[in-house]
Amino acid sequence: MTLKRYVATRLITMFGVLMITLLITIALVGSNMDSILKQGVVFQVRSEITENAAIAKSFSSVDEFELFIQTQIEQRIKTLGLDEPWYSPQRIGLTMYKILFLDFGHATFLTSDSGSSDVKEIILEKLPRTILLFTTATIIISVIGIFLGALAGSKAGSILDRITSSFAIISSSFPVWWIGMLMIFVFSFVYHIFPARATPLIPSSDPGYIGSLLYHMTLPLITIVIIGFGSWAYLVRNFIVGIMQEDFIVAKKTMGINQKKIIYTHALKNAAPPIVTILALSLSGSLGGAIITEAVFDWPGMGRLYFEAITVMDLPIIIGATYILTVFFLISIFVADLLYGYFDPRVRTG
Amino acid sequence: MSSITPQEIKAEFLKSKIGIAGIAILSILVFTSIIVVVVIPVETFKEWNNPENWISYPKVAIPVWINLFLNEKIPEHKILNTPNINYDVSGDTSITSHQFGVNFEYNDFPNDFIYEFSAKYSGTPLLQMDVIRPDGIQLKLLSTSLPYSDSNSIHSERIFSTDNSIRKNLYLQSDKFLFSVNNLSTEDIIFSKTENHEPLKGNYIFLIKMYGSNSEDQIPESRLIIGGKAFGIMGTDELRRDLATGLLWGTPLALFIGLVVAIASVIMGLLYGVYAGYRGKKTDETMMRFNDVIYALPALPFLIILSVTISNSIFVMIGFLMIFGWVGVAKVARSMALQIKTRGYVEAANMMGQKDSKIVLRHILPQLLPYAFASIAISVPAAITTEAGLSFLGLGDPSFPTWGQILHDANVYGAAARGLWWWIMPPGVMIAITGLAFVFIGNALDAIVNPKLKR
Repeated sequence: MTLKRYVATRLITMFGVLMITLLITIALVGSNMDSILKQGVVFQVRSEITENAAIAKSFSSVDEFELFIQTQIEQRIKTLGLDEPWYSPQRIGLTMYKILFLDFGHATFLTSDSGSSDVKEIILEKLPRTILLFTTATIIISVIGIFLGALAGSKAGSILDRITSSFAIISSSFPVWWIGMLMIFVFSFVYHIFPARATPLIPSSDPGYIGSLLYHMTLPLITIVIIGFGSWAYLVRNFIVGIMQEDFIVAKKTMGINQKKIIYTHALKNAAPPIVTILALSLSGSLGGAIITEAVFDWPGMGRLYFEAITVMDLPIIIGATYILTVFFLISIFVADLLYGYFDPRVRTG
Repeated sequence: MSSITPQEIKAEFLKSKIGIAGIAILSILVFTSIIVVVVIPVETFKEWNNPENWISYPKVAIPVWINLFLNEKIPEHKILNTPNINYDVSGDTSITSHQFGVNFEYNDFPNDFIYEFSAKYSGTPLLQMDVIRPDGIQLKLLSTSLPYSDSNSIHSERIFSTDNSIRKNLYLQSDKFLFSVNNLSTEDIIFSKTENHEPLKGNYIFLIKMYGSNSEDQIPESRLIIGGKAFGIMGTDELRRDLATGLLWGTPLALFIGLVVAIASVIMGLLYGVYAGYRGKKTDETMMRFNDVIYALPALPFLIILSVTISNSIFVMIGFLMIFGWVGVAKVARSMALQIKTRGYVEAANMMGQKDSKIVLRHILPQLLPYAFASIAISVPAAITTEAGLSFLGLGDPSFPTWGQILHDANVYGAAARGLWWWIMPPGVMIAITGLAFVFIGNALDAIVNPKLKR
């Protein structure tokens, strides 16, 4: 299989997955969505007619007036295509087509900070904050992890190696959100160093907003890094330990090339493909895990938006956010796949 | 992958220290679970969300063992169920007397006291409540007649320390105190030294007497609660629930969720992967594409949507967790099966005309068992933390006191802001310990399956 064909099959699979995800999401929330839309129409028609006093006057009895409203509502529902059930092919097709091009409609309850109820705007407002927090965290984690892992791996069995490995194992069994609760408890309420709620209190138009946002970001960032870097270091350590046993490294050692040079140029270079792949995956994986972490720290990003949308059943936002999360997840899987295929040609031949 | 016999695995495993540590922690947890299931009646945890059940417990009480580290002892919450009962008949009147001894050794006053009773009588008996303090002073608290009844009926009542007649009676006896008792609550007066307003330590006796006109009058149920700020080994939460019960019940629940999800998803993944790898060609291609689809679904958002729209029952949740659990195992199992398939004995078996199912079950699957055990051990913590996470968001099954559920309640009632560490720490530590046990076991097994990691 050539690289081109490999890319093509991957792309098609990814697109298929995206469609299936959308379909499942719509299927799960569809019936609720339907009744909400219909209620919206009824409300809209009623307010339009009652606002116009001339229409109300032209009817002699209340019953006649009600009948008129009913027929108006039915007409409106028909023109919007809501008379068909949500699972009819046309409607699912239309919904999916709209969502595919990021037209998520209007949110039922939630609004963006600037007051807009357009789902796309809300998501565009929250997404950068999530990326800011989690991408920064992932980058810090991977830098610390790679160096610590390389160091530990080159001295397998040393005290440093043992400490790194045991820290990795222990830290990975604690849930991030629980550590988050403890961090809030200690750093916000016992010692008043960081704010407990990560949402800045000043409006986003204020020039000091960015600074305030960064200050509020510190506690969640520290928490994510503390929990995350151990397992990265352990992973890198395991790769390095494996590579250090390879013949070419042993040969270099016997030639008298200095240890540091071997680790940082030859060993890390060989461990690069899986590391880069995992980096790509963890960048997007962190977005999915953001839901709970952001809920704990009250960080105003996608995760908290998602959680809020779930609690009030704001379906357009749920669908929109799921779509965006899936797209990010798929892009990173795709990139990881490509990188892997690029670095390791054996994968392509399957 | 070289084949390893079970004996070798066992021998290697016993050599690994963290493996043994893992097994040790796990056996403690399993032992606790068995004890919990046997000793604590199932009704207790069914009543977890029933406030009625926890009414006699204190609100957000600190664990009692904290008193060991404090100079100023925090008053313990005491529920006294077994009074000394005396029964006396003289002429027409019968006297039933219940005595509660309270050993009060704390540096603060109790919050309140409640006397709960149900009396069986006819007529209008008189109920009298006195307290004999360590310094010998006897305070009259209450003297009241119970509602009249013709026939032998049962009357239940709760007498609170805030009762107005108790307050009035104490003011009438205020000459025993050298300071003004006005505006003090009744428990602050009863448990105070006479010279100044400080708690008086020692043995108190609460004396309840019922004077009836019928010899069959009695008090079948009698309970005195001295309200304190410390209770139990683990304290209580905002809804007065005993956290020790919740934490203990959480253990079998967590093990159940973790093990069922891990075992089922590893078995599913193994069968799926091995079958795909063994059949190869088109079957493999289709099966792996399907695998890719599930792999690419964002798990947490989907779990959230599923639990909101379909059901948040714990058993349904276990099913959902399985859907996302088997994918990784299937990938690895397939690539292992691809290698094993080319081995001589498999090809030989194939040529001899053995059935596919038999070859898979007899020749390929056994080779994957060490890997399977390692992956079961590694997937258990993931399942437990995911369930805890969902519960923490409030999407779990509220009828089961899982650790995540307890942490959810803690978060809702702002435990971190109020400094209620005993509500936050233990559930998380339990989650971590349980996870750690399996990670230890998994790591030890992993080192055996992939000997390269050891060196």
